[in-house]
Amino acid sequence: MSFKITSAPIDPETRKRELVQSAAGACVTFEGWVRNQNDGEAVQALEYEAHAAIAEKEGAKILAEAKQRFAIEIALCEHRVGKLAIGDCAVWVGVSAGHRGAAFEACRYIIDETKARVPIWKKEQYASGETGWVNCATR
Amino acid sequence: MIEVTARYFAAFRERAGRDREQLTTNARTAAELYGELARKHGFVDSMARCKVAVNDELADWNVALAAGDEVLFFPPVAGG
Repeated sequence: MSFKITSAPIDPETRKRELVQSAAGACVTFEGWVRNQNDGEAVQALEYEAHAAIAEKEGAKILAEAKQRFAIEIALCEHRVGKLAIGDCAVWVGVSAGHRGAAFEACRYIIDETKARVPIWKKEQYASGETGWVNCATR
Repeated sequence: MIEVTARYFAAFRERAGRDREQLTTNARTAAELYGELARKHGFVDSMARCKVAVNDELADWNVALAAGDEVLFFPPVAGG
């Protein structure tokens, strides 16, 4: 179990190998990518900021909750900070489990809770030259 | 009155025009301090959507403040 804030590019293929377990019959991964628009505005780039220590601590809690709620083997999450370009991987979640149901559910739980609880902020740079902090907390 | 340090992140930092400040305050809780600072800097987000940490630990808005505390104000998060 590890939740990591990183300023280096995320490498999903390398991370995925950490999920391998002989008891695992299912692996579900999620990648969040930087999109070229938000709410109808053309986005040119994104900048993520985090309080890394608190983010990693809260993230570790989310992974532990997932492990407790679902029958999974390993859960990992990595979130990028700094300037990102369109198409870059901003967040990666990987789960291995005995069966697919728990793997899907745990992966969904981890990304949803991460978006709602972990101190990470996103600033969009629009084609118009304006910038804006995204307010996407859902609860 | 106690002395505390307030630290601002993301949209709060830009709105306040600084990332930290030393304050002498009558606020007894993080919530009261947020109320004071929201008036001072024009923060409009409700506390329900924001988070607070005291000395690098996430805290409840009703946590009592002590002299020397570092209080971190987090605007609504937006990871992913």
